[in-house]
Amino acid sequence: MNNRLTIEEIHRLYATGETTPSEICRQALDRIDQTNGRLNALLTVTREDALARAAEMDGAIKTSILEKPLAGIPVVVKDNQCTEGIRTTCGSRILENYHPPYTATAVRKLLDAGAILLGKANLDEFAMGGSTENSAFGPSRNPINEEYVPGGSSGGSAVAVAAGYVPVALGSDTGGSIRQPASFCGLVGLKPTYGRVSRYGLVAFASSLDQIGPFGNNVRDTARVLGAISGHDRHDSTSADVPVDDYLGGLTGDLTGVRVGVPPECFADGLDPEVRAAVESGIARLESRGARIVEINLPHMKHVVAVYYIIATAEASSNLARFDGVRYGLRADDARSLSEMYRRTRDLGFGPEVKRRIMLGTYVLSSGYYDAYYEKAQRVRAMLVRDFAEAFTKCDVIATPTAPTPPFRIGEKTGGPLAMYLGDIYTVTINLTGLPAISVPCGMSSGSLPIGMQLIGNRFDEARLLNIAHAAEQQ
Amino acid sequence: MPITKAEVEKIALLANLELTEDEKLSLSSQLAEIVEYIDQLNELDTSAVTPWSQASAGDFGHSSSTRADIVVPGLGQERALDAAPDQEEGHFTVPRVIG
Repeated sequence: MNNRLTIEEIHRLYATGETTPSEICRQALDRIDQTNGRLNALLTVTREDALARAAEMDGAIKTSILEKPLAGIPVVVKDNQCTEGIRTTCGSRILENYHPPYTATAVRKLLDAGAILLGKANLDEFAMGGSTENSAFGPSRNPINEEYVPGGSSGGSAVAVAAGYVPVALGSDTGGSIRQPASFCGLVGLKPTYGRVSRYGLVAFASSLDQIGPFGNNVRDTARVLGAISGHDRHDSTSADVPVDDYLGGLTGDLTGVRVGVPPECFADGLDPEVRAAVESGIARLESRGARIVEINLPHMKHVVAVYYIIATAEASSNLARFDGVRYGLRADDARSLSEMYRRTRDLGFGPEVKRRIMLGTYVLSSGYYDAYYEKAQRVRAMLVRDFAEAFTKCDVIATPTAPTPPFRIGEKTGGPLAMYLGDIYTVTINLTGLPAISVPCGMSSGSLPIGMQLIGNRFDEARLLNIAHAAEQQ
Repeated sequence: MPITKAEVEKIALLANLELTEDEKLSLSSQLAEIVEYIDQLNELDTSAVTPWSQASAGDFGHSSSTRADIVVPGLGQERALDAAPDQEEGHFTVPRVIG
């Protein structure tokens, strides 16, 4: 798309005085005005706040860029991350007019690093979906071909980067919701290790799987954002007290001694031949740059979607119980009793996919089924964790496809929920095991649509993962 | 395994969801399809495995920790009530609970 500047290019223009944060923001807002009506990437545009903040930064921007990694950089944030006083909808009618009283830690850190918030990005309702078609406010469109979905659930964030509104954006990833839209829009998208980034202020979908992460046009910009948002947070006891590496400084592209594990189970039936060819070419590129390819095994891959849809829906059914019309959000006003108000509010406020997942989650947790489903899934989850621990004794990173197919058409997959769920096979595994993984572009389909390769790293080993991804993306 | 309309109604009650007749019908077939799919886990013998939980992350040496018990200001009553659909005299207001 037009004018997709990197963060480093913008900072160079600031350093030489060729442009200012105000000018960069005005250009971005012009692009939003021109195309957001069609692409539906942003649900809220924070025009006045952004221009006011940019104007404050104009005078000192030449020194700010030396001190703050994202000084004067326009960003958007997925609309399930709380922003004080700025509408946060989660793509749902139930939060259509919700204005949070506080800001999510990851967003706060982004702003503290100098970023300028331009708006809140569209998503599948409560991050449940893989196409952004489940948003109560209409689907987003893929700017590379507007007949196609941008992926999801962080589709709006991906579109905002791919359409050139912003160089970087935040999404959230519970089962692939950053990596799959990155793959579909030709971007880099990273799900950090569970605990790397605070979840405080991220509206919870599945608490043991959710993680906030960045989108960028390239690995360098993505690494810069990860460095800004990572670290322990006293507001999230699951955020890890593990030192934050110098992700940008680690991008040498040197693959000496690097072992890339390739699991044949991820290249089996159900993989689109064009995706297979593109990912194999990505792996070959790593080999040509000095990496050694080793075969590893992930023997329980065929069960991961089943495990995921038990655990994710169980946790969702519990987390979404808070939306009852009492403390915030929509309330059905015609109820005669408290329990009727809960039920009517939730019927009016939730869309079909959210209801389906709450129902499935309630079912697997209900008396008589808990052991058969939820506990069974947690046992298989332990087996998956063991599989990956074993694999990482033989390799430093694992390469798989991000999604089994190239992007699909809007409306193409809205028939059966199970068909949509099966598209998550390569990504959900990583949330279940808590590992970091990144999607990098590795080719195009015959229909000129992007294809991504997923690289999976070991726990808190983002620095090495990003360096290998950096080598994979270089032409 | 089929999921009957009565079962759907029971789950909906537990989940505090009011469903239309059409929703009950489509959910009973969709849930049955998904449950049939997830039943594949029965192929696996997991008797020797301990269920994973978030606390298991401690196995990797990065366990979550409790923080020091230091009192800090919270949101305060006014801001906590700010987004409520209905409030009165510093409280959330809800429809009548006792007949």
